[in-house]
Parts: sequence; C-alpha cells; structure tokens
Amino acid sequence: MALLEIKNLHAEVDGKKILNGVDLVVKKGTVHAIMGPNGSGKSTLSYVLAGKPGYTVTEGDVLLDGESILGMEPDERAAKGIFLAFQYPLEIPGVASMTFLRTAVNAQRKRRGEPELSTPEFMKRVRWMAEKLEIEPEMLRRAVNVGFSGGEKKRNEVLQMSMLEPRLAILDETDSGLDIDALRIAADGVNRLRSPECSMIVITHYQRLLDYIVPDVVHVLSKGRVVKTGGKELAHELEARGYAEYQDDAAA
Amino acid sequence: MPAVQETVDQVRRIDVDKYKYGFVTDIESDKAAKGLSEETVRFISAKKGEPEWMLQWRLEAFRHWQTMREPKWARVHYPPIDYQDLYYYSAPKKKKSLKSLDELDPEILRTYEKLGIPLREQEILAGVERPDGTRSRVAVDAVFDSVSVATTFQKELKQAGVIFMPISEALREHPDLVRKYLGTVVPATDNFFATLNSAVFSDGSFVYVPPGVRCPMELSTYFRINEKNTGQFERTLIIADKGSYVSYLEGCTAPSRDENQLHAAVVELIAHDDAEIKYSTIQNWYPGDKEGKGGIYNFVTKRGECRGARSKISWTQLETGSAITWKYPSCILRGDDSRGEFYSIAISNGRQQVDSGTKMWHFGKNTTSRIISKGIAAGRSNNTYRGLVTTSRGATGARNFTACDSLLIGDKAGAHTIPYIEAKNSKAVFEHEATTSKISDDILFYCRQRGLSAEEAVALVVNGFVKDVLQQLPMEFAVEAQKLISISLEGSVG
Repeated sequence: MALLEIKNLHAEVDGKKILNGVDLVVKKGTVHAIMGPNGSGKSTLSYVLAGKPGYTVTEGDVLLDGESILGMEPDERAAKGIFLAFQYPLEIPGVASMTFLRTAVNAQRKRRGEPELSTPEFMKRVRWMAEKLEIEPEMLRRAVNVGFSGGEKKRNEVLQMSMLEPRLAILDETDSGLDIDALRIAADGVNRLRSPECSMIVITHYQRLLDYIVPDVVHVLSKGRVVKTGGKELAHELEARGYAEYQDDAAA
Repeated sequence: MPAVQETVDQVRRIDVDKYKYGFVTDIESDKAAKGLSEETVRFISAKKGEPEWMLQWRLEAFRHWQTMREPKWARVHYPPIDYQDLYYYSAPKKKKSLKSLDELDPEILRTYEKLGIPLREQEILAGVERPDGTRSRVAVDAVFDSVSVATTFQKELKQAGVIFMPISEALREHPDLVRKYLGTVVPATDNFFATLNSAVFSDGSFVYVPPGVRCPMELSTYFRINEKNTGQFERTLIIADKGSYVSYLEGCTAPSRDENQLHAAVVELIAHDDAEIKYSTIQNWYPGDKEGKGGIYNFVTKRGECRGARSKISWTQLETGSAITWKYPSCILRGDDSRGEFYSIAISNGRQQVDSGTKMWHFGKNTTSRIISKGIAAGRSNNTYRGLVTTSRGATGARNFTACDSLLIGDKAGAHTIPYIEAKNSKAVFEHEATTSKISDDILFYCRQRGLSAEEAVALVVNGFVKDVLQQLPMEFAVEAQKLISISLEGSVG
C-alpha cells in the first residue's frame, strides 16, 4: 500500500520554479533513493515534504496515507511521522541535546494522544540508541549541535530519528561530510530502523551511501522532475556514467 | 531538564493573552487622601507609629523632592505622571494587629494562594522537594499594597538570630539598627524616584543577619499592588554582618488595570567583611495589554554596598512585567577584594519598554565584578541594557567582565546596549562582550520539524539563551522562572 504519493508536484522558492511536476509513490516499508546532479531539486523536494516556510507549492499534491499534507504545519506533519534528517543540522545554544530529544518526543506523542514517556523509560531508550551510534553520554549533555563535528551532527540526526520512530524518514545527504567510519555508523543506525512500518527517502549524490543503505528503488531527479526510475543497479550505472544524459533528457 | 516540557504544559493551560495575576481582591482598605503633601507624609508616618527622627527624615526627603525633576535620560517614553492624582497609602483594613495567620483577612490569604505563594507554614514546610530528598523552606513576607500582611517563620529565624520583619515593625523594634543603616547606600536625596520613596515609603522588608550566621532558609517577599490609583513605595533594607550569608528573593504582581500604576521602590544592601548577600527578583508586574494600555511603571533604585573586605553582593533578576522598567541594581565595591555580580534576564513583549542594567563602582583594591545580561525583545517592545563600570584611582587590580546578549523575536522589536566604561587607573582590567541575534526561521523550522509547535520552539530557544542566568536563581524559583519566561513570550510568534 502506498504510504506517500507525490502527484505532479510543482514548487517554487522566491518566485523561482524548482520542482516541475514530480511524481513518486513510496510504498510502506520501502527505501527509495533519489539521486541527481546539483540543483536538480533534491533538497527542495525534502523541504516541501517537511513543510518549510517559503517553499510554495503551485500545483499538484502530496498524500500521506491518502490524505493531503500540504495544508499542514511542519509540526503536524512531524507528528504524522515525517522526519527530515537535515543536510546541515542547526545549532541551538544552551539547549542540551537530551532536553531537545525529550521535548520533541513528548510533543509528538502528545499530539498523537499518546502518553508521555516516563523519565526512566526515555533515558533507557536514549542510552541504548546513543551507544549503538557511538554517541558519548557527554555529548547528550552538550547543547544541540553546538561545537559538534560534521560526523557528530549527522549521528545526532540519526539518534533523533531513532527516538522519534518516523513512518517516513527523509535523509538529505546524510553522507556528506562523513568519513568512511562515520558513514558506516550512521548507515547502521538507519538500517536498524528499516521495518515494514518505516519507509525512507534517501537523497544522495553518490553511490557510496547506497552500498550501506541498500535501496529498493532508485530515482533520478533532474531539473525538478523524476526522469528515470529503476532498481538498485541504477545507482551503479549512474556512478559509472554520470548524470549528463539525464540532464539532456530533461531539457529535451 | 524536563522543566521545558512542563513550561509548555503550563502555557497551554493558561488562557493566552491574559495576565495570570490580573485579578483584583475585594477587601476594604484604609487609604490616605489622594495627592502628596507634607500632610501625606505625616499621615503615613503616624499610621506606622514611627519615631520622630523618621518623620523628620521623610520630611527632609519630601522637601528635597519638590526641588527635583523627573529624569528623562532613559530610553522610555510615557505621558507625564500627575503625582497629585495618586494615593500614597493604602492598607487592608484590620481591627487589631495580627497574632497569627488565622486572623488575616481570608481574602488576602486567598489572593496569595491564587498567586501560588503559600503563606501557611505547613504548606511551606511541605514545600518543593529537592533531588536530595530534603524539603525546601522559604520564609515569606507578604506585602499587600502599602503594608506587610504576614511574615512566616519568625520563630525559627529568631533562634538563628536573624531579623526578618516588615520595615515598619523594625522601626519600632530595632530603631537603632534601622537608623544606623537606612539611607547609607541610597541617600534620601539620591534621585527623583528614590527621594520620593524616602518621603512616602510605607512598608517593605528588613533583614539583619548577625556576624557569622548563615541564614538557615531562603527569605522572600511578595509584593502585591491591589488598590486602584495606588502607588507602591516599598523600602527594603538588608544587612549582612561580618562573615554572614543570606539569600533573598522578591516577587511582584498586580491586577490588570487600564490606568498606569506607579511603583517606586528602594532596596539597600550592606555587606560587611566576608559577608555575602544574594538578592533575586522575579518581577512580573502587570505589563499592560497588547496595545500598551495600562501596566505598572516600575521605577526602582536598587543598590548594594560591599562595605567590608572580601564581601560579595550578587543581584539576579528576571524582569518580565511592567509597562516601563527603569532599574539598575548596582554594587559599590568599597571593601578590598570585594565582589559584585549582576545576572539579568529582561524580557519585553507587546509595547513594553525596558531600560535596565547595572552599575559597578570599584573603589577597593582588587575588587571584581561580573555582569551577564540577557535581553529578549519581542512584539513592538524596546529593550535597553544600560551599564556603568567605573574605578576610582586607588582601585588597583580592579577587574570586570561584562557580557550583554540580546535576542530579537520578530521584526518590530528593538534591542539596545549602552555600556559606559571608565577606568581611572591603569591597573584595571575591563572586558566587554556583546552579541545581538535573532531567532532564525531556520532554527524554528528545525524545531518544528521535530514536532514542536512554533511557541514551544521559541520557548525552547529562549530557555537555552537565558540558561546561564537562570542557573543563578535559587532552585525553589528556577522552575517558576522558566514558566514565566514562556508565558511572557506568548503570542510573540505569528
């Protein structure tokens, strides 16, 4: 069954058209990779799905479980299970990572009418997940992303994702800025979340990440449209041949 | 720090746009005639049964006040105040002096209960539980309009030798002590508002901690303006004798009224050798409505003197209320090696105007001071930090560190920083840091993507911004303070 349906999605930022009719269906429990050259609209697509202010949908629709999410606030979408792992996670001075996690988890649970997690229960989960992601407890006491290395920031994103248990996780270039060890740790964290209950959209430039997070479907995005869809082998083809031919396709 | 979630819950429960403390208590009161004259001053002094010298002191202040002009240098704007159109004294009517809380007008007791301030000792005894399992104990002095209505824990404090009572009572019971110290830090002629206060102050708290005594509990005063058209002029005097320690907290609220009300208090602190005074304020006077109608004019003079060597005075303030705030808690560092600290969070929203900061006068050798100021401006408010750090020629080895951070919410608020720094000797070291930032849309989006509402996101970011100052508040009040911050910022994001 389709979890997410993107239908003929057109969107613009500051009056500039970025998405020009994206069609995409993500089934429950599947992992989709979206690849494409710089400026093809990958990040824009992720922001539009998450509801970032300033990203205006001019045509088309996005359905989650058959319900349009375009009229929903970002926090409403989050509570419905949409999670975006940011390419550049933001810093929040003075707010401990642990506090942030707890506030987020409970805000979502509350909105869904679920009881808040008790402190011991919450702590137990955080500690377990953090250990798996090789995140030191000391890091959880530090302010969110302040003074974190690139790798720490990305692992912190994966930790948030693990705690929030999304139904649709969008990973925007989670591999950028990571060395090979950090990439493996982050990818392991993501793979741990793979389940029939969690679908993923993995946005990346490179095949490298997809060696670790093996996708079910690969899409090529170019000039704001999906120009090719295939299996995981498509990523290998792209790695070998580049994006040139798809850029021409889209232009034609 | 799960309090953040609590904060948010608290905000949810409260009807937004409504000042929580805006109710009026219906009690009979005993007022002086409207207006200000020598008669008024004599009336107040007689009501209090004061000694003759006190009356003379007041009258001198009043005569001097008549020669003074209202200061205009602050970055605040308000229509002229008609000082003859105010009541200078209002007291809840009572038949005789109270022997116990049970004799207190139940309406007043209910008011404090509504405010969340337990006056009844058993409630205080049952108070906030600390992580280490002990219960907190806070002695409370409640000031209702012009008089103190109840002071708790008198007996326990007496055993420790600590004097904590309304200043009017202290004038009767310890006149020599009061006379020795009153006006020695803020002279009766100090400034327009302080001089006015010297003439007409009606009540406030008096604290004396004898040598070597560590005050066994937090002391606290809650001020409440209830009557219409009434100014509140309280006077607080705290003396920490050699080697003693005391922590004191004041809280302030008032009903929501359309007209502006004047609050002109004076606080004097004196720390002798090796003594320490920690003074905290949670100021939540009615700020006026969204359009700037009503609200308290908070024109307050607070000053502490580190009179003895190695003494320390620390001011911590959380300013969220008042239509206009004009307030500069200061330290005179006279004793060698003495230390002054000022930690401030000033939040303005709606049409509030804040001009606040501190002064640190370094007179003694090797004196140090530290200023951490966090200003948060939302709505159409204006928030100014004004500070003075100065050394005398002899204050060799003086050191100051100042950090002023401003946070803007929205695009119609103003933040201003006006530091004055005067180093009159070459051996002083002063450092000044200042930042101004805005809560960026990107941070808000990041928080909201994680499931926080816009208001929850702002509350979280602001709590992070003020964290290092919040930590300076006594623990009993930190949670309350955090809630207050969120409430003050209600409606600041659109």
